[in-house]
Amino acid sequence: MKLLVCVSKTPETTAKISFSGDNTQFNEAGVNFIMNPYDEWYALVRALELKEKAGGSVTIINVGPKANDTVIRKGLAIGADNAVRIDAAPKSSLFVAKQIAAHAKAEGYDMVFLGKETIDYNGSEVGGMVAELLDQPYVSFATGMEVNGTTATVTREIEGGEEVADIDTPFVLSASKGLAEQRIPNMRGIMMAKRKPLKVVPAIDAVDLAVIAGYELPPAKSAVKLIDPENMDELVRLLHEEAKVI
Amino acid sequence: MVLVYAESPKGKFKKSAFEAVTYGHKTAQVLGTQCVALTLGDAENAGQLGQYGASKVVSVGDAALNSFDSQVHAAVIANAAAAVGASVVVISHSSSGKALIGRLAARMDAGSVSAAKAVPTNDGAFKVKTNVFSGKAIAEYQINSDNKVISLMGNAIQPEVTGGDVAVEALTVEVPASRVTIKEVKTVEGTVPLPEAELVVSAGRGMKGPENWGIIEELATTLGATTACSRPVADTGWRPHHEHVGQTGVAVSPNLYIAAGISGAIQHLAGVNSSKIIVVINKDPEAPFFKAADYGVVGDLFEVVPRLNQALKDYNANN
Ligand SMILES: Cc1cc2nc3c(=O)[nH]c(=O)nc-3n(C[C@H](O)[C@H](O)[C@H](O)COP(=O)(O)OP(=O)(O)OC[C@H]3O[C@@H](n4cnc5c(N)ncnc54)[C@H](O)[C@@H]3O)c2cc1C
Repeated sequence: MKLLVCVSKTPETTAKISFSGDNTQFNEAGVNFIMNPYDEWYALVRALELKEKAGGSVTIINVGPKANDTVIRKGLAIGADNAVRIDAAPKSSLFVAKQIAAHAKAEGYDMVFLGKETIDYNGSEVGGMVAELLDQPYVSFATGMEVNGTTATVTREIEGGEEVADIDTPFVLSASKGLAEQRIPNMRGIMMAKRKPLKVVPAIDAVDLAVIAGYELPPAKSAVKLIDPENMDELVRLLHEEAKVI
Repeated sequence: MVLVYAESPKGKFKKSAFEAVTYGHKTAQVLGTQCVALTLGDAENAGQLGQYGASKVVSVGDAALNSFDSQVHAAVIANAAAAVGASVVVISHSSSGKALIGRLAARMDAGSVSAAKAVPTNDGAFKVKTNVFSGKAIAEYQINSDNKVISLMGNAIQPEVTGGDVAVEALTVEVPASRVTIKEVKTVEGTVPLPEAELVVSAGRGMKGPENWGIIEELATTLGATTACSRPVADTGWRPHHEHVGQTGVAVSPNLYIAAGISGAIQHLAGVNSSKIIVVINKDPEAPFFKAADYGVVGDLFEVVPRLNQALKDYNANN
């Protein structure tokens, strides 16, 4: 099986979020970056498991600047065979999806994996876009997958439950919790990753149709009102009369 | 023209469909145009969407559309948009919506905004706000293309009745064949799914073990709330994964989020900071969650939660 895993770089979960340039720019100073957890823990690991079972290759793709190479190398250390970086600033989801789809179309993958969302922009858009651009089915928010030849039986999250479906390759799949278990790269993996091929290719022409014009921080919470633990009637009264939520 | 896809799972609209139509109506007002609602497959009493501002309802009744395939649904919605002459498409940010938004944007070559939290503004540029960094900040997107696709975060706005029922027109557009075979659908009946829930009761490791969850379930039943949990609780199998709230779980935006025995780690807060009111019950007065809370109770949850349940029952009995 020829497998492609899309990975993105996101600020670490505890990163302090601040903005510069009149609130138009995310302030990267002092922020640690990681591979988007959904891409790393679930999408990449499930692809590796498939390869280990059925043979084939796992390629990582990222759209971004050279600074993203550390995240790509981590993916190679976890076990991917090779990587492609499209050398461009990822400013909008459709721009990124068009880059990935162009590469995938030329290479002809059996499955394209990505995380269900990135933990920075939380859009959940790129997977559906890539699927549409490739005219392939899309399994969103997959929590399980068994593969038999060219057919996969996938479980995906739906409103208030889950759905099981059969789907033939090729397809695009976005990974949610449950699809696989996180793997920590070992020393050997890290050493080998340095020698694995990482191809840098220029971007194809595409326009950013939606861009971020500005940021703001959510309004600060006023101080917590402490309620006597013996007096829950008072809490109920406040929830009804003051907060008006019940 | 603004086209709103009003989801009708099992033939019935949920509140999120009315929110989407209200949003589409307001977006149409901002753009100086009208809002048309679209239903796919079975949709009981579709004319009621007029109450929320749809000038008419178009319906593609093909029974194949009763089961969801993002590829088929996106094609049909885009075909319907072309048929009614809509350049703006509004959908709910539901499970289906999350699968559709990217497909629709790519298909229509549209700028898109996912999980919008406010009605767009249009003073020269068309702008829409949404949460980013898991709710730690808000971004204002500017869409520069004529075609636009927006998914609306659940509970971001309330449905508003502005008129009466309208006519429902059957619409004939091409419905492509699905390439996905659905074998089984498992849903928990009777509870509101977390992303849509208006009331949530959530618990963490302070519960000590899964056998103690009875008091949380009772509280949720009294309130009519959906249950949720912190990540370690789901990771250890005390509760199902779909209850895991936070940066790497479900993001919720209820009116009321009650957290018992959850410390309030930054990754947990990332999933709950769109809640309108947060109540924290924790025996540790230094628990970080109190900083994000509106109301706090410092005490032992095994005493406080049943007491709160009783107080709510008394309240329900008198109201
Ligand atoms: C990359 C990453 C992603 C993560 N994503 C998430 C996520 O999406 N969601 C998430 O929840 N976590 C996430 N975490 C984990 C997070 O950092 C915390 O570890 C987790 O939220 C803690 O869960 P908890 O509050 O249930 O447990 P604890 O931190 O152990 O807190 C238990 C709390 O219960 C209180 N308590 C104990 N007994 C009682 C009692 N009898 N009465 C009242 N209070 C009591 C204690 O005072 C304590 O505050 C993530 C971590 C990482 C590194």
